[in-house]
Amino acid sequence: MTEAQRLESVDILVNMGPQHPSTHGVFRMVLWVDGERIVDCDPHIGYLHRGSEKLSEGELYSQIITLFDRMDYIGNFNTELAFVGAVEKMMALTVPERAEYIRVILCELNRISSHMLFYGTMGLDAGAMTPIMYGFRERERIQNLFEAVTGARMMHNYFRIGGLREEPPDDFVARVRGVLPAIEQGIEEGDRLLTYNEVFLARSRGIGVISGQEALDYGLTGPSLRASGIPDDIRAVEPYSVYDRFDFDIPVGETGDTWDRYAMRVEEMRQSVKIVKQALDQMPETGPIKAQVRGIPRPPKGEAYFRAENPRGEIGVYLVSDGGDKPYRLKVRPPSFANLQALRPMLRNTYVADAVMVLGSLDIVLGEVDR
Amino acid sequence: MFSTLKGMLVTLSTTLRKPVTAQYPKQHLPLQERQWGFPALTWDGDVGEPYCVGCMVCVRMCPTQCMSGEMIDNPLHAEGKSTRRKIIGEFEINLGRCILCGICVEVCNFDAIEMSHEHEISHYQRNGRRTDLPLLLEMGKKFQRESNWLPPTKKKAAVAAAAKAAAAPAVEAGAEGEAATAEESSEKEAEA
Repeated sequence: MTEAQRLESVDILVNMGPQHPSTHGVFRMVLWVDGERIVDCDPHIGYLHRGSEKLSEGELYSQIITLFDRMDYIGNFNTELAFVGAVEKMMALTVPERAEYIRVILCELNRISSHMLFYGTMGLDAGAMTPIMYGFRERERIQNLFEAVTGARMMHNYFRIGGLREEPPDDFVARVRGVLPAIEQGIEEGDRLLTYNEVFLARSRGIGVISGQEALDYGLTGPSLRASGIPDDIRAVEPYSVYDRFDFDIPVGETGDTWDRYAMRVEEMRQSVKIVKQALDQMPETGPIKAQVRGIPRPPKGEAYFRAENPRGEIGVYLVSDGGDKPYRLKVRPPSFANLQALRPMLRNTYVADAVMVLGSLDIVLGEVDR
Repeated sequence: MFSTLKGMLVTLSTTLRKPVTAQYPKQHLPLQERQWGFPALTWDGDVGEPYCVGCMVCVRMCPTQCMSGEMIDNPLHAEGKSTRRKIIGEFEINLGRCILCGICVEVCNFDAIEMSHEHEISHYQRNGRRTDLPLLLEMGKKFQRESNWLPPTKKKAAVAAAAKAAAAPAVEAGAEGEAATAEESSEKEAEA
């Protein structure tokens, strides 16, 4: 080997994960690096694969809700709603209004708690240790509320086909109203702490940029797509449940960089608070919380696709029924999985130190990527 | 320079706040009333036997198949002390396998199983939390004592009666009747 050959630079393969603390779960990416610059990235998934879709074919409809709880384990209510919505669509059920409002309130609170976790971990990815403390403080308030309503802090199993499992506690409305000002204050405090922090701006501005068209091509959805300037929100463009009755804005970013994706989520938390307030005002005080459904639901033969807005993006549930008490086939279109596809173009030509930031800004949940 | 000072000011103002964190194993935060722990079997103190008659609905509906049980003839019924003809003989829940979904409680027609407040049980062995009938009843008795437990069906009937008494008779009575028939039919189906 000549001296010239020996000094010729080659790309180095760096293996990041699955035990890496900042990959937000068991996720592995293989980075081709040229010095400090990332040439290419190869994401490896599947470490948390539990076969939820196949498992669903052997479970009753009421049992599948528990599987969906464990799919996106940060936005549990939203994920439950996607499945329950698909079955209701198939059975052409009308859900009582009160149940719909309670669902929306819980889903939006869940969105706030999910984005609060994102806010905290985003701070960690940037090297700031404080935001996660603030994020978890707000999460705690919301999770206490969830515990009071459903009995569980995360795996609620609360939504039912045609309504809800049980009546929320008597002081539900008062408690939600009581917790909202504190959450609003927490959002503002967190915003002041991190959003326009000089170091944070320097770390996140202009990094991991993806243009609007490219984002659409890669199938990005949710806040990550809206950060690229495309106002696409299922709650607004194709309202499900009672979302068409609320007045809320869809925050849209400009450049589609890491900071924009972060800022979208902070703004979305404010919008969620707005929706919860309106829902509390409009909610009927009494009324049934469950439609008349047989103990073991048997949707008619056919298929249905239901999509909903998760904290991470669009979740779609495709359900095929052969008329039995178990689905013939169930397919989930998970938002994080599709969002993860855009990691490769985002990471090209960034530095290794920023890889964690870009991955964090996508806010993936591995339970849902791998299913 | 200015932003550094500003940051210091924020730090100073927050140091004076009270902490919100709790040192977990030493300090326990209060549980919510509905908090779900592992399932436990309830005890009928009036007769002196479990509520459970061993109908196995929970065993069949459990998504993780963590339960097993056996129904036997009730000796107390033969003596004329109990109205339950059958009673649970053996019952076991593998609490290490239980996912706390609450489906067993939901499908039970005899108020026999409840989500207790027991949640801090861990074990070194994977099968170390296979809990048998006496232990489950012990958990249930503890839960009943601590939470002033009323059988859910009785509670529901009381609430319905109160609602009926409070509401105007004409329209509400019809709705109530409909709801009752729906419940009955779903229960029948669960039994079938």
